[in-house]
Amino acid sequence: MADDRDRDGTEVAVAEFHKKIKEAFEVFDHESNSTVDVREVGTIIRSLGCCPSEGELHDLIAEVEEEEPTGYIRFEKFLPVMTEVLLERRYRPIPEDILLRAFEVLDPAKRGFLTKGELIKYMTEEGEPFSQEEMEEMLSAAIDPETNSINYKDYITMMVIDEN
Amino acid sequence: MGSGISTQHHFAFQNAEKAFKAAALIQRWYRRYMARLEMRRHCTWSIFQSIEYAGQQDQVKLHNFFSYLVDHVTPSSHNERDFLTRMLTEQRSPQDSEMENRSDYESIEVPDSYTGPRLSFPLLPDHATALVEAFRRKQRLHARYVLNLLHEARKHLVQLPNINRVSTCYSEEVTVCGDLHGQLDDLIFIFYKNGLPSPERAYVFNGDFVDRGKDSVEILMVLFAFMLVYPKEFHLNRGNHEDHMVNLRYGFTKEVMHKYKIHGKKILKLLQDVFCWLPLATLVDEKVLILHGGVSDRTDLELLAKLDRHKIVSTMRYKTRKEKKKQAEEKGKANQTGSAERPSPWFLPQSRSLPSSPHRPSTHKAPRAGRSSSVPCGVPPDPKELSHRVRHSVDLELERCRQQAGFPAIREREEPSASESEVDSDAEEQPEPTPEEWRQVVDILWSDPMAQEGCRANTVRGGGCYFGPNVTERLLQKYNLQLLIRSHECKPEGYEFCHGRKVLTIFSASNYYEVGSNRGAYVKLGPDLTPHIMQFQANKATHTLTMRQRISRVEESALRALREKLFAHSSDILVEFKKHDKDETGLITLSDWAAAVESVLHLGLPWRMLRPQLVSSLTDNKLAYKSWLENLAKEKLSQQNIQSSLLETLYRNRSNLETIFRIIDSDHSGSISLDEFRHTWKLFSSHMNIDITDDCICDLARSIDFNKDGHIDINEFLEAFRLVEQSCSGGDVSDCPQATDSSNSGCSSPGAH
Repeated sequence: MADDRDRDGTEVAVAEFHKKIKEAFEVFDHESNSTVDVREVGTIIRSLGCCPSEGELHDLIAEVEEEEPTGYIRFEKFLPVMTEVLLERRYRPIPEDILLRAFEVLDPAKRGFLTKGELIKYMTEEGEPFSQEEMEEMLSAAIDPETNSINYKDYITMMVIDEN
Repeated sequence: MGSGISTQHHFAFQNAEKAFKAAALIQRWYRRYMARLEMRRHCTWSIFQSIEYAGQQDQVKLHNFFSYLVDHVTPSSHNERDFLTRMLTEQRSPQDSEMENRSDYESIEVPDSYTGPRLSFPLLPDHATALVEAFRRKQRLHARYVLNLLHEARKHLVQLPNINRVSTCYSEEVTVCGDLHGQLDDLIFIFYKNGLPSPERAYVFNGDFVDRGKDSVEILMVLFAFMLVYPKEFHLNRGNHEDHMVNLRYGFTKEVMHKYKIHGKKILKLLQDVFCWLPLATLVDEKVLILHGGVSDRTDLELLAKLDRHKIVSTMRYKTRKEKKKQAEEKGKANQTGSAERPSPWFLPQSRSLPSSPHRPSTHKAPRAGRSSSVPCGVPPDPKELSHRVRHSVDLELERCRQQAGFPAIREREEPSASESEVDSDAEEQPEPTPEEWRQVVDILWSDPMAQEGCRANTVRGGGCYFGPNVTERLLQKYNLQLLIRSHECKPEGYEFCHGRKVLTIFSASNYYEVGSNRGAYVKLGPDLTPHIMQFQANKATHTLTMRQRISRVEESALRALREKLFAHSSDILVEFKKHDKDETGLITLSDWAAAVESVLHLGLPWRMLRPQLVSSLTDNKLAYKSWLENLAKEKLSQQNIQSSLLETLYRNRSNLETIFRIIDSDHSGSISLDEFRHTWKLFSSHMNIDITDDCICDLARSIDFNKDGHIDINEFLEAFRLVEQSCSGGDVSDCPQATDSSNSGCSSPGAH
């Protein structure tokens, strides 16, 4: 009995995931031929609720690419892989408190903020470095021009409200 | 000591590792955030586009409705017939040939108190420049000069061929601009950034100068002025909005009447003619073809060059006389045999749902194998002939409509007195294009490129076609061309290449849907004919906003429009919801919600992506749909306490309503009589199967007749129900008159097709 219910539950979940994935995919399927530019796949995956690192994204793309990469990803290959990802709840988003702690690691003196220079240094030299464009975009929203620093607690709160 | 150092190293290493991981975490989170913004931006764009194109389709449907009236309605009274006749005929009565007469504007006095620009002809370059400057300072040109300028413009246009030719031997560079849609700031910016027109700096403006924006008049004045000053270097192509029928719906007519209360009608009449004289295309160095919409697999440049473009008054649908006559004859025969046949009108929508999204022509519900024939049309008949037509009808469906609409059942069975000779003599007075000629022009003014091969009818817009890369290739080869530049479609970056970079879309109205929605662009061609794109966004405010804020603002605007659309179809949506809730729990799953709204609206939108913005509270992951719909209605309830369902209907039809009003108001006075309103509403609602009682509408109309004189002020009516935005007063100052740009020269085009 329990197995049947589980199976039904999974089937329903899979059907729903399929619809979600198809919708997100189609937003970028500009030629209406069930393909998207490989450069947009990251956006699609992330907007489906996943939060992979660049490395993880790279691996995922390798899974859905053609044998001979064409620069395009086909829906037929994307769908099963993405469905698995969603079913397994891979690449879960980062909770607010973890994010806060990450900022605090970069601010050992516990000032409550990072200077613009510090933020730039960490984001462009550590982890999976930002491109210049990414850095500029983050700065434009995060940095308080009067203090030239980012109050990370406020920043997180602002961004999180935005999401919802 | 050794261990001390290694411990230090250990700590240092640990700290470094921690920092590394922390940074990686933040970056990971941030990238996801940006990706979601990107997705929202795309969804927002889809919303705007699908609603815009659905609106254009509505426009065509509306004109079908009037065609239907013309063909089928048998007015039971003299008044009715006159009303219809007046409503539907072009104003080309004998008095109007006075239009040629100079005394039209010469008699208009310009008061000494007038401080605006004064024009004298022939125009000099300084005058044109001064005009731009005057408009930039928000001055208004006096009606006399407007009419004078339009007369001169018309005289010039008449001499031009259908396809203008520009050579880079004479002008060193040619700048091509796309749709401006009444956005004067963008035009001023282009001149500021790129330089004013001159013999060395040729310009081609590719249509759609008017409608939607608030300064269409000023744009036309500037464009015509420069055209007169630099006739060899300054070129204009006609767009689908250079069309008085389209102007009725999309704001230009309203703008003219608002700015020129006394002489507006004269101006509009003259403009109607001027628009017909605009050339259809421009050719640069015999290699680059510039036209407004696109091409079809039937496009024949030789035919286009030869036809009399002046005959194409409007590209809206009207049947040709021959077709009408033929139909009338067939009806006559059916009448005589007393057949009870009910031919179903060919244009009545099968369902009330809207067409599918423009992005998915391939999944459109009504598949067409190849190119379907576009609807032929011609110049609408003159009043005499019209009244003959109108008297001639036998349709049983019509009878039902009439009974529903409350007209008496008596039908006049007059003999059709339209004789062959009468028709022919009329034909001589007003020549009309052949169906093929008309189709050629509609194609180049309305078509859009698509990614797939082939050529199919553009059902989303209601005119022209979708043309594929092979159609482009064939055309370019046939006429030995290398590039097709067109406009007609708004693009986020202001431009877009497609068909292997053989087709360039250029769109010059920045912030078209909303502040921050898109950039504008123009393209420069030198003697080597390599396109150099320049982008801009004529609103300083957008540059101080972060991408996040820009997207939020635009998104909010799109969502508002979408919520309105949802509200306007509440009844249908409720029906669909109930289908998914057989047990009557009052709840449905989100999946069902998405399916239901799509099946009613047919906008092809990613509903699951949009769901968080449209549906806020859930119980057990399900939606209580009745209260959700009620919330949508709450946003829309006006001060008047009218039923939600009536308001819903008004909302659904508001653009049509406004257009109908303006058509009825043939003297552009801004008000219509209660009777006219009632008649038209009755016919319209029975035609569209709208279920609103007659009494309701009468009460509504009466309540709007604030001064009880039997007339409704159009604007009051529309604004009373918040069917339109409060109209801006003439002296609106835009927030940021100075434009700044983010230019991107060079021919690289990121993310192009």
